[in-house]
Amino acid sequence: MKQLIVFIQKEFLHVFRDRKTLLMLFGLPIAQIVLFGFALSNEIKNSKIVVVDYSKDPVTTQLIQEITSSQYFNVTRGLPSATGIDAAFKRGDIKMAVIFPEHFSDDLIRTGKATIQVIADASDPNQATTVTNYLTQIVGTYNARLAQASGQPLQIGVQNRMLYNPELRGAPNFVPGVMALVLMLVCTMMTSVAIVREKELGTMEILLVSPFKTIYIIISKLAPNLLISIVNLCVILVLSDVFLDLPVKGSILLLFFDSILFILTSLSIGLLLSINAKTQQAAMMSSLMGMMLPTMLLTGFLFPIENMPLPLQWLSNAVPSRWYFIVVKRVMLKGLGFSSVWKETLILAGMSFFLFAVSIRRFKTRLQ
Amino acid sequence: METVIKTDKLTKRFGGFIACNALTFEVYKGEIFGFLGANGAGKTTAMRMLCGLLAPSSGDAAVAGFDVYTQTEKIKRRIGYMSQKFSLYDDLTVTENIRFYAGIYGMTGDSIRAKTKSLLDELQLQGEARTLVRELPLGWKQKLAFSVSIVHDPDIVFLDEPTGGVDPVTRRQFWDLIYHAADKGVTVFVTTHYMDEAEYCNRVSIMVDGVIAALDSPDGLKRRYDCGNMEDVFYQLARNAKRKAD
Amino acid sequence: MRTLLFLLDKEFRQMLRNRQLLSTLLIAPLIQLILLPLAADYTVKDIAMTVVDNDHSTFSRKLVDKITASGYFKLAGYTTSYADGLAKVQQDKADLLLQIPPHFERDLVKENARDLYVAINAIEGTKANLGGAYLSSIIADFNSDIRLQWLGPVAGAASSGSSAAADPDATPQISVASSNWYNPLLNYKLYMVPAILVTLVTAMAAMQSAFNIVQEKESGTIEQINVTPIRKHWFILGKLIPFLVLGVVVFTLGIIAGWAFYGIWPLGSFVVLYGALVVYLFAMLGMGLLISTYSATQQQAMSLSFFFINIFNLMSGVFTAVDSMPAWAQYIVETFPPSHFIKIMRMVVLKGSGWSDIGYHLGAMAVIGLFLNTWAVLNYRKTV
Repeated sequence: MKQLIVFIQKEFLHVFRDRKTLLMLFGLPIAQIVLFGFALSNEIKNSKIVVVDYSKDPVTTQLIQEITSSQYFNVTRGLPSATGIDAAFKRGDIKMAVIFPEHFSDDLIRTGKATIQVIADASDPNQATTVTNYLTQIVGTYNARLAQASGQPLQIGVQNRMLYNPELRGAPNFVPGVMALVLMLVCTMMTSVAIVREKELGTMEILLVSPFKTIYIIISKLAPNLLISIVNLCVILVLSDVFLDLPVKGSILLLFFDSILFILTSLSIGLLLSINAKTQQAAMMSSLMGMMLPTMLLTGFLFPIENMPLPLQWLSNAVPSRWYFIVVKRVMLKGLGFSSVWKETLILAGMSFFLFAVSIRRFKTRLQ
Repeated sequence: METVIKTDKLTKRFGGFIACNALTFEVYKGEIFGFLGANGAGKTTAMRMLCGLLAPSSGDAAVAGFDVYTQTEKIKRRIGYMSQKFSLYDDLTVTENIRFYAGIYGMTGDSIRAKTKSLLDELQLQGEARTLVRELPLGWKQKLAFSVSIVHDPDIVFLDEPTGGVDPVTRRQFWDLIYHAADKGVTVFVTTHYMDEAEYCNRVSIMVDGVIAALDSPDGLKRRYDCGNMEDVFYQLARNAKRKAD
Repeated sequence: MRTLLFLLDKEFRQMLRNRQLLSTLLIAPLIQLILLPLAADYTVKDIAMTVVDNDHSTFSRKLVDKITASGYFKLAGYTTSYADGLAKVQQDKADLLLQIPPHFERDLVKENARDLYVAINAIEGTKANLGGAYLSSIIADFNSDIRLQWLGPVAGAASSGSSAAADPDATPQISVASSNWYNPLLNYKLYMVPAILVTLVTAMAAMQSAFNIVQEKESGTIEQINVTPIRKHWFILGKLIPFLVLGVVVFTLGIIAGWAFYGIWPLGSFVVLYGALVVYLFAMLGMGLLISTYSATQQQAMSLSFFFINIFNLMSGVFTAVDSMPAWAQYIVETFPPSHFIKIMRMVVLKGSGWSDIGYHLGAMAVIGLFLNTWAVLNYRKTV
């Protein structure tokens, strides 16, 4: 046991003496939480649009007024006609063009119908859909007023209530995702590269021919990253609470328990990756390609898993961060208890024990 | 005799620490000059200044007739260098390494080809022309590295502990190459820890704690310090050294 | 100049001989480019809706049918109480709750107006927004349907003519005709593939180049270069040009893969595209060089480059729109070359934008690139 402590101390010294690596180990999570918590959002607002009014009558003026005052739009003038729209799209100046044809209110009064033409730049499909929808909603509200004014019967209204995140902030979705990503990356990438580095330097061999048990050596390699990750976790949770108004609604103990399981899983993966990598570069690349991208994509915080083709959905089941993400959302954001996350916890536990055992065995046999 | 290296009170300070203190010596054309010293004595720093890698703090030095402060680029063209870690690229073949360094030093296509051929013949490595350097045994690598370091016929070649880790026979063969080069007029400036190699040099300087404690031929040193071999001379001079590491 | 040629000859030979590295650099990005867009789909569909139907009428059933028939929603069962429905959302068994109050049909006729209640899991903003919007428009449609059914066709509303004005029940309604340009099928992959290609090229340019140089520092072979007459600027060029070439190769492979697997072929000119690519690579290689001057070991190079690349990947508009960020974040993002190149990619590939259209972004990348490279070269002279 004392041997183990000696080893762990040595490993800590290695890590803490390397300032630049420390920057990444601690700085990255903080930077990410701050940036992504505050900056990222899936919401779409302040979209630059242009309004072209060929009619210039009271109705169009009124509508344009409402569009301009909406927080969803940033109305730019300066496009006198519709012919410049393609060019404006190409320059990326605007996302949508709203065109009021001639005799707009005349048509409306005479025939009871008038049509606004909306052209959206659909290179970003969701933005186009959302922005078009916002406009349609504004028109719909106007229509409803017209309807009420003329006593339109049978009005079905809809009262919307946004749960858990009424202001539609990006943070609630991104923070759990970033947590998973950062913990996983630090553990997997740093562990694998550090181990391979010792292999390259040759000091690993010295350790392995010593009378110390291999398992101690392995644990001592994993220990610093485990501790650093726990510290990171605490920092992230504190930052989320203080700056992003996202406190842990549920049991912190449960959250930590699952987090440690997840960290163990990631550490084991790092260990596994280090076995086959001959150079540090290879270790880094395999961590990146093998872990970071699947984690980013298949965890479910950037893209909904249910949208993906089935084979990818199955694949996502094998990605530990996917389960961890669910646990964090439920425990931290919704305040649920063990009964709601027992399945995910079990999966994480299973994965971590399995990966840990496999990686240790492979590590030992490779040395023989 | 023509002087190829001349230093006058060459000094290098790192903050308050004086690595090289007022070194003054000359090296003549065609000689094999041994540059000895304990770890921490300042050998590496001195050599780096002479190679144009490090600017001195004060004093003067001229290498191959060029000033180490203002003409480092010209110096680099006229010197060769072989370091402990070997100068060759492991993932290139023997021929490719020769061609690279020859080209870097300004040799043209035909002369490169001719030189490659003669080099391979000399070292008897014709069969290994297409072998990756990493697959060569250590001794061959060293000899090849030395030959590559003089591929451009430099005035001086600096060797930084060139024979580390090989058996005595290979070392002897290596020194044959050095003699051969010296005969052709290349000055050899070599640092080493092997005291028997010190015997092979024309003259030897011994640095201790940043100053040159002694400079003479091996025989001269042995007479002056009344020792039977260079190892004892070295021991006498270096054992009271205060600095322990480079 | 000759020096450079010899350097390049050496670098390329080494690169091509390193099988493991080559496969990582060429094959891995391709695999990702092919698989990632499959996963990266933000299209909102199959929203799980649980219904609390306290009305139990044909009316409410018709409403639910209409909602699920739209394809945007799927029914996640009925619950008897609002609380039960909320619990379902709580447990992620449903995304959205629709409550139809008791006697809805009856009250609607009696009082002429009645509300439905919707609760949406808003953790994921886009889904919530679009889901709410789709639901509202389906309900509005349903509303017109039943008006038509119960009140008879509003005279004249469907056809032009003054008779409409004579009918007090006819209400003028403004409709919106929308068309989607450049991506009429709203295919999300068209949006993602160009951006993903950028992330792959970025990782290579910024990370690999840094790694490569630091490797020489770490192993000491850089000392050997320093004693030769190779000037530092040639050495730098000799290191960066191979990665520039590699970047172009990966990019080209990516374009081909994008066409082969997703049918995406750039609308704009290839000259513009590759011109922008070169400027971009210039900037990112500068960053790689800069990182290498601050790193003594490969591990450090990795840490530093990874720090930035991660931020670039998540903040440059690949996955989330830059426009939705707060102003201070947008300023920061303006200094990221990737955000400009991603915009350029999307503009040229999807809309056929030309030189003048991308001028601003191109200029921004060039300026940033110049800054990074100058800093890097100055630093390199001093420290390496």
